[in-house]
Amino acid sequence: MKMKFVSLVVAGMVAAAPAMAELVIPNLSYRTGPYAPGGIPYADGFNDYFTLLNARDGGIGGEMVSVPECETAYNTEKGVECYEATKGSGALVYNPLSTGITYQLIPKANADKIPIYTPGYGRTSAANGKVFEWVFNYPANYWDGASVAIKYLLDQNGGSLEGKKIALIYHNSAYGKEPIRTLQDLGTKHGFTLTELPVDAPGQEQKSQWLQIRRDKPDYVLMWGWGVMNAVAVQEAANIKFPMENFIGVWWSGSENDVVPAGDGANGYKSLAMHGTGMDYPLYADLKTHVYDAGKASGNGDQIGSVLYSRGVYAAMVIAEAARKAQELAGTSAINAVQMRDGLEALEITEARMTELGLPNFGQPFAASCEDHGGPGAGMLQQWDATAKQWTLITGFIAPDQAVLDPLIAADSEAFAAEAGITPRCN
Amino acid sequence: MLYREAGDFKTTYGEDGQTFPIRFDRMGYYVTLAVAFGVVPLVINDYWANAVFVPFLIYAIAAIGLNILVGYAGQVSLGTGGFMAVGAYAVYKLMTSFPDVPVLIHVLLAGGVTALVGVLFGLPSLRIKGFYLAVATLAAQFFLVWLFNKVPWFYNYSASGQITVPQSKMLGFYVTGAQTSASAKYLFSLVILVLLAIVARNLTRGAAGRKWMAIRDMDIAAEIIGVNPLKAKLSAFAVSSFFIGVAGALFFAVYLGAAEVTEAFSIQKSFLVLFMVIIGGLGSIFGSFAGAAFLVLLPVFLKNVLVGQLGWPTDLAAHLELMIVGALIVTFLIAEPHGMAQLWRLAKEKLRLWPFPH
Repeated sequence: MKMKFVSLVVAGMVAAAPAMAELVIPNLSYRTGPYAPGGIPYADGFNDYFTLLNARDGGIGGEMVSVPECETAYNTEKGVECYEATKGSGALVYNPLSTGITYQLIPKANADKIPIYTPGYGRTSAANGKVFEWVFNYPANYWDGASVAIKYLLDQNGGSLEGKKIALIYHNSAYGKEPIRTLQDLGTKHGFTLTELPVDAPGQEQKSQWLQIRRDKPDYVLMWGWGVMNAVAVQEAANIKFPMENFIGVWWSGSENDVVPAGDGANGYKSLAMHGTGMDYPLYADLKTHVYDAGKASGNGDQIGSVLYSRGVYAAMVIAEAARKAQELAGTSAINAVQMRDGLEALEITEARMTELGLPNFGQPFAASCEDHGGPGAGMLQQWDATAKQWTLITGFIAPDQAVLDPLIAADSEAFAAEAGITPRCN
Repeated sequence: MLYREAGDFKTTYGEDGQTFPIRFDRMGYYVTLAVAFGVVPLVINDYWANAVFVPFLIYAIAAIGLNILVGYAGQVSLGTGGFMAVGAYAVYKLMTSFPDVPVLIHVLLAGGVTALVGVLFGLPSLRIKGFYLAVATLAAQFFLVWLFNKVPWFYNYSASGQITVPQSKMLGFYVTGAQTSASAKYLFSLVILVLLAIVARNLTRGAAGRKWMAIRDMDIAAEIIGVNPLKAKLSAFAVSSFFIGVAGALFFAVYLGAAEVTEAFSIQKSFLVLFMVIIGGLGSIFGSFAGAAFLVLLPVFLKNVLVGQLGWPTDLAAHLELMIVGALIVTFLIAEPHGMAQLWRLAKEKLRLWPFPH
């Protein structure tokens, strides 16, 4: 009996290969640890969209989609374990929702020939498809976000930020450091001074940073936070009575979980948004019939319609569309990871297609190409209404300042190409 | 019956002083080595290498290193994560500055750099002991992590502060970077571990080790019988940090491939390696292996059972895993406060008498 159990376990560790006729899209999620408030809704949205496709349409192009979930706890070692555990099962694409894990997977993706899709996170210079053949980060990346925030502030100040003080409070990790260089360059261009305030992981301890903000009185505070750091920052800002309308978070710092704990104090806090939010999309009617009412909702089902749930749905929608494109290009429904990459590269999301999918005006239309893996990079701004307990979009899509971003992306991706010995393609 | 000294005659001093004086032990050791070098590399795949074997081998090096300091020399250290970071950043700077030098040399040099840093942070041990020393090494942990995060020179001014290992080859095979095969990673770590374990074993049963143990057991008495505490303590810090630095270098270059200091070398790493040493057994090389195996394999094993076999939700499994590992550590230490090495020792005592106990 004991031997049987052990051999079962060993067999499970070695293979665990599902039937090959499925499209395998692993979900490296995190539902535990300090980043779980962000990880849970995202993973639920991601799972629910594929559950819907399976239940309503019988998968994608007649192939059922299997979404094996693996817990990373936002930890790179567990991320490696999850990647190795799932890649043998015919995984088509990885979406780890962690910049740290993404950095680790980028060289592996090139070697194993499995694409990585990192919407709005990961390595920004992966937008350059000439160097990063296997990585995609459309529709927008961190540097786009930084530029969109500054453009919005320019707009608020009649086109000039001369002499203004802007503070950046960021998660002291690869993720939080990403926008610094862009903001410095934008500061030189527009004449504002940038103060950098790092917050060490996980981010519960921010008293000294906010003390400094209270002393320096910056005109605006930008935030690159994630997990518990967001809620703490919003609470601290409310405590020092910082004008919330001058406090802007990136799209990873703008979910309900971040603002609800601060109560009325969070009223007026703004954040970037790269897609719409809420349940006013026709897709939710289908989700209700085929997923929620059928008892197939992922997790506790209490995250439905939230900002990060919507982002999970968005990522799943893009991956599903890319798989469809890949099937069309390959002429077969049972695609492999290499064909999936071709699909991601040839993907075009139009407004008409999003309406057809039941998500009108949900995201920005974009078309990828061999050179362009980054999309247009536009973002909107949303503001928290504490009484109604909802996010309201206050702008349309704002395009980033490509004149500043392009040279930065070129420089960073060339550095990677030199380090990894990659010859640029698409010539 | 099988496991005994009787009938195993030694005719030279060399034979008498060997590491495994009992034939059965010796055979076991050779068989283990033969399997590790001859069989495992042939059957290993990416999952087994990256999730099980490579982390186990690397943590074993770190645990041996910390065991020298805590178990043999009695100097408590909570700076392991910081010293591993020194090894990782040293190997990164060396590999990017001198790409033509074989990576094995860089790894050993990184150990050397860490040894210097370890001696520096070991200086307070001459004045303070016990909990106070633990706090001083804790300061090293926080200072080093802060340093590697703050000074862009260490991460070659990359935008994100991430360090990514360049590809490199040895004897025609990739040993670092994404092209590395599972068996190359495994063998590279294994060779270094075996060499270092032999060094550690012989250091600890020689004059150096005896001095460390004398200091551990009673420093004043040791000083009176002629052990120089300055040399003994600092050499323990140097050797221990060398091992930990090599472990950190391998952890970054061979295992992770890309790292970020706050995440990969945080205080958790210090505690993890310390737990390995305590659970395995203080002052035992075998204990370092056992502790590393326990804390690396158990979570992976539990995850595969709970999620892979029983199909439980991943979050429930992750929480249960923490509870099971924690409960096992506590029960284990209550049952055997001296760790797995002591259990092994008792088992061997019993085996010698078997099947005819008194």
